[in-house]
Amino acid sequence: MDKAEFETPELKEYTVVPLVQEGSMAHSKPFVAKPEHQEQLGFPGELVDDWKERALDKMGELLGKYRSLQVFLDACVKCGACTDKCHYYLGTADPKNMPVARQDLLRKVYRRYFTLAGRYFPALVGATDLTEAVVEDWYRYYHQCSECRRCSVFCPYGIDTAEITMAGREILDSIGVGQKYSNEIIGKVHRIGNNLGLPEPALADTLEGLEEEVEEDTGVAVKFPLDQEGADVLLVTPSADFFAEPHVDGLIGYGKVFHQAGISWTLSSYASEAANFGIFIGSYEHMQKVAMRIRKAALELGVNRIVVGECGHAWRVAYSFWNTLIGPFDFLDPAYPAPQHICEFTYDLMQRGALKLDKEANDDKVVTFHDSCNVSRASRMGDMPGGQFIIPRALLRASCNHFVDMAPETINENTFCCGGGGGLLTDDLVELRVKGALPRMQALQQVIDENGVTHMAAICAICKSQFTKVLPYYQLGMDMIISVHQLVGDTLVLGDEQ
Amino acid sequence: MSALTALFALLFYLATAILLVGLGRKIWQYARTPAPLKVPTTPAPTTRAGVVARLFREVVFFESLFKGSKWSWLFGWLFHFGLLLVLVRHLRYFTEPVWAVSALVQDLGVYMGMVMTVGLLGLLARRSLVDRLRYISAPSDYLMLVLLIGIAVSGLLMKYYFRTDVVAFKAFMLGVMRFSWEPLPADPMLIIHLGLVILLMLIFPFSKLLHVPGLFFSPTRNQVDNPRERRHLAPWASALDSTRAQGG
Repeated sequence: MDKAEFETPELKEYTVVPLVQEGSMAHSKPFVAKPEHQEQLGFPGELVDDWKERALDKMGELLGKYRSLQVFLDACVKCGACTDKCHYYLGTADPKNMPVARQDLLRKVYRRYFTLAGRYFPALVGATDLTEAVVEDWYRYYHQCSECRRCSVFCPYGIDTAEITMAGREILDSIGVGQKYSNEIIGKVHRIGNNLGLPEPALADTLEGLEEEVEEDTGVAVKFPLDQEGADVLLVTPSADFFAEPHVDGLIGYGKVFHQAGISWTLSSYASEAANFGIFIGSYEHMQKVAMRIRKAALELGVNRIVVGECGHAWRVAYSFWNTLIGPFDFLDPAYPAPQHICEFTYDLMQRGALKLDKEANDDKVVTFHDSCNVSRASRMGDMPGGQFIIPRALLRASCNHFVDMAPETINENTFCCGGGGGLLTDDLVELRVKGALPRMQALQQVIDENGVTHMAAICAICKSQFTKVLPYYQLGMDMIISVHQLVGDTLVLGDEQ
Repeated sequence: MSALTALFALLFYLATAILLVGLGRKIWQYARTPAPLKVPTTPAPTTRAGVVARLFREVVFFESLFKGSKWSWLFGWLFHFGLLLVLVRHLRYFTEPVWAVSALVQDLGVYMGMVMTVGLLGLLARRSLVDRLRYISAPSDYLMLVLLIGIAVSGLLMKYYFRTDVVAFKAFMLGVMRFSWEPLPADPMLIIHLGLVILLMLIFPFSKLLHVPGLFFSPTRNQVDNPRERRHLAPWASALDSTRAQGG
């Protein structure tokens, strides 16, 4: 999609909830997965002939497997509290991007085929037949949801549209209409071990290059070990950290922290990916299969701890699901949380006085923090609720003299998605990504204007890639987005002196 | 024994049976369906007691709705708590001697009928006036409000304009409950009021009124945030678990 094909929304001084513009994003849909991408995941290659029966069967199956789906489809009273909460609605004004309307795409079919009221009085309760047009809407609008859960914060029953979107995508996959971006990537992880399809030699090369670069910069031989048996810590990080900007500077930061703490660590070429797109397509099985590589690597390398790098949905999967999917972690050192977030890891070292930071190194920056949705609303750090907000900020305050938060309705559990999460970080959805970033861009512009903010730190590979892409659409510098561990790494005093 | 008495007595039995069986079925369904993954909306309580407190705040104060929409919260809260006191007041028609709690809200209950009506009218106005709400509303969403307004207004009218013989009505109600029927006063407003209440009871288990049991089963609200400390495994997932490619 060309830049010229859509207009970047204008940044206003305050959030304006747009009036409904029906069909304004009806043209937006990602590329459909090719048969080879579908079949490698065990899904039909293309739309099956008996799609209607299969879709309804799948819906019935999911209703029996997930209480969330069953309760959420029943409980909504259409109170409207969620209607102005989704960044995609705020950015596009398409009413089907209101969380409740997105849910209704599935709910109206559920009511028609699974409830008494919908069977006998469809028009009364807004139930409709499952038609090709409905399936098309599913494909479009379940790929305009980043599964960020912001709506679930405000719903009086906790209805989480992410659960509905995941079910919608699972049904679509089961009838042969998958999304190319996510399904191709999941196949790559199964085959090669990471989203980028980076094989072991390339990874080894990259890490060697990093070691040289850091030594040149700092004069200190910081190591980036790969497949080192007997290391204390296995670091699992999103593969974008290996070379994408600004991600790689975060990886350098992790390396410096490990170096300075004197803790032996290693990456794994077999489990060289923290990201787990299985969650995006709602597939328990694929999520488990992707995650299983990490358990296997940890056992083979004989590590005592697993630490996860800066990645939002990966941390959700690791924190909330790993113990279920690939646990128990009885082979790891019980003295540490399993898994542990790199921010928890660094914070812990700071608390113990194991790291010395020279904040002045970041005095040229005024920094703000973008809370990533999956970290904020689907996981935790530390031992108290809300630690996921406190700990990254503590790291930033420890490494920057100038830190300011964005508006309270846009941070912590109220944070706005970057606009590229949930399997939407693909060029065929650029318009959606740019428009969905609007609420975040507005909050950012405000702290730029009022506080002279120069950088926005994040702890998610998707957020970092997304902002790098969309910041320029809003006349902001793409290098404003930065890794938390880059800021930590840049201020870390390396060497022996205490 | 008039046909009207028999009709309403039978309708009460039917509506009560459908309400209880229908709700029981849904609660059984919710309880039986597993929640295979930990999905509390965080920050979430890390203890069971914390979850009880979270649900209490949701049920009593509509905590999340307050964060979400102040107008919906205001009208919604007025309606629900007006309704609660009105129901408690109505216990006097079902209990002999009248329960103390019902006698306590005897005077307040009438005003609560008005508060409840104001709340409902506010919700109806919001649904009709805000374009986003109009878009998401089905006919049943408006009719549900109209039905509740009908119940509230017919009740208030009976209190102030079309008085009915409440002593005779109570005798009817107790008769229905004790399976020894007494005549139902044939006042049109009472018949309308009772008819609408019976209709509400009938549609309860088949409508969005399922939000009442739903809230207690909502995994984003009722789960403890302790996935690292406790392994959480649903039955169907544990079948996968035993066949998974074991990493050693």
